[in-house]
Amino acid sequence: MKPKIAVHKFSSCDGCQLAFLNAGEQLLTLSELVDIVHFVEAGPVAPDEQVDIAFVEGSITTPHDVERIQRIRSQSHYLITIGACATAGGVQALRNLVDGQQWINAVYASPQYIASLATSTPIAAHVKVDLELWGCPVNTRQVMAAVRALLFGVVPEIRRDSVCMECKREGNVCVLVAKGQPCMGPVTQTGCGALCPHFGRDCYACYGPAENINTPALVNRFAGLGLLPEEIARRFLTINNAAPAFVDAARSVQP
Amino acid sequence: MPKPKNKQTDPPRYPLRYLARASLPALLDSLRAAGYRCIGPQLKEGAVVYAELDTVEQLPRGVHDQQSPGEYRTQASEDERYFAWANGPQAIKPWLFAPRESLWQVARDEHGRLRFRETSPQVTPLAVIGARACDLAALRLQDQHFLHGAHPDPYYQARRESLFIVAVQCSHTAATCFCASTGDGPRAERDFDLALSELNAGYVVETGSQRGASVLAALPLAAATAAQRDAARQQSERAARLQTRALPGRNLRDVLFANLEHPRWDEVAARCLSCGNCTSVCPTCFCHAESEQPALDGAHSEHVREWDSCFTQGHSYIHGLTIRAETRTRYRQWLTHKLGSWHEQYGRSGCVGCGRCMTWCPVGIDITEEASAICGEGT
Repeated sequence: MKPKIAVHKFSSCDGCQLAFLNAGEQLLTLSELVDIVHFVEAGPVAPDEQVDIAFVEGSITTPHDVERIQRIRSQSHYLITIGACATAGGVQALRNLVDGQQWINAVYASPQYIASLATSTPIAAHVKVDLELWGCPVNTRQVMAAVRALLFGVVPEIRRDSVCMECKREGNVCVLVAKGQPCMGPVTQTGCGALCPHFGRDCYACYGPAENINTPALVNRFAGLGLLPEEIARRFLTINNAAPAFVDAARSVQP
Repeated sequence: MPKPKNKQTDPPRYPLRYLARASLPALLDSLRAAGYRCIGPQLKEGAVVYAELDTVEQLPRGVHDQQSPGEYRTQASEDERYFAWANGPQAIKPWLFAPRESLWQVARDEHGRLRFRETSPQVTPLAVIGARACDLAALRLQDQHFLHGAHPDPYYQARRESLFIVAVQCSHTAATCFCASTGDGPRAERDFDLALSELNAGYVVETGSQRGASVLAALPLAAATAAQRDAARQQSERAARLQTRALPGRNLRDVLFANLEHPRWDEVAARCLSCGNCTSVCPTCFCHAESEQPALDGAHSEHVREWDSCFTQGHSYIHGLTIRAETRTRYRQWLTHKLGSWHEQYGRSGCVGCGRCMTWCPVGIDITEEASAICGEGT
């Protein structure tokens, strides 16, 4: 019997699921290797089925989410988060730093219909997560490599080196050193292929914190480039807003 | 004729020649006719980088560079010179020690047995134009590492054997240059096929090999005049004189290893991003990681080698343990290896004074300053 996989969605833009949908021929190969039993965006709907691997996109932002993630955990052998929302709260975790209710009141005409938590939290804040795939969005290589490793029965390899390592292998010119751009590459985890610096712009940290980072040193450097405290804080608080290393860095300049 | 007293003006094996700047395209033509793909410096994305060179028009004419720790800028000028800059982020390293390459592949045959197949390097002979003395010193060290051990690296070897080097003698010094203190420059004395000293209207050409002499055979060369030779020599001397940085000694092995608990290691770790940029731009760093990249269907897999760094977690990961988990020990590993234990491994320091590690460090950590703080000035 083929292993079963499910792709679940919480609060998110659906973009990470495209890592599967846009995989082209690999999606056909994947469907031969596993049974894709639940993947609403692709068609199959069986949210309560027991699966070997559950991919989870999105963050926990409603009381209903809190219950649903428990159920998914209990029916999944491996649970893998995909993307910045599921792994680090996402853009919507900016609400964690302010009075979320005030925003709801300001935005919605009838706020009493909005059943939203005060926070947007990563999946790991609620249930045990076996593997976290970072990125906004994650890419096909990441999700397929995880499936392949689990099918082989080995632990998927996740590199948490800086984007700089990949940027230099690509032969890109450093945008921080040569152009003075406030590039987040030195504190950001690899995996994107140094996409932004390759096109001459600064990394904005969508893959989340790298391993063993030194945010105070980068904060100092950005200040030296002339960035105001508010601008420095925004470099860290954009995509992965519940990643402790980034939140701490932002608060260090803008308490 | 009395022998010249200055060692630098010793008569070369081949006579010094002169090539007018207008005839530089003929050099590229001659290299191409000899079967080489030309790689040369070009201004891209705000830096002088090496790329495929089709015409001399692509060379960075009039470009000057300004370097300081953590900062690199170029400036345009009316200068007719093509090589009026110190260096860019790359040396020759990426062309020989590939940033990423497949070493072998494995696939299952029809009986389910694993079949291994090596990936032979596909080599087009390259001619690199613009290599500096520091780059050649680094090349000798990389040769030692990749070729002169018990198991020469066939990938590096194939590319190295077909490499043609047109060196350029430095006429400009960046604030980050310190090759004079390491004994590696600014004049390239050997290991080139040709070396150019760029003057206002042309080039004094040194020949370093028979291959170099053959490439010159078809060019419209004149004998270099005494004035041209003097101008070339003087600008090299000036480039050396203008260097403001220096390492505190050529062999810091003992003093570094006697200072493994120096408080400076903590101090530099507080500034260091542990991002690995220094090791990536270092022309002598050779560390790499190897990994399997299986196809999704599991039928075949590729074994890939990539540049790695002593600043990554994986570099010191052994049996469930990361030996150097924090920046202090990673930086210390880098410096004590580069300036210390290289002496045991390769008979000299691993630093050639190019200054790339400080220019391209996003936070501008200066290896000469750190080494001086730990070893004490003038050791």
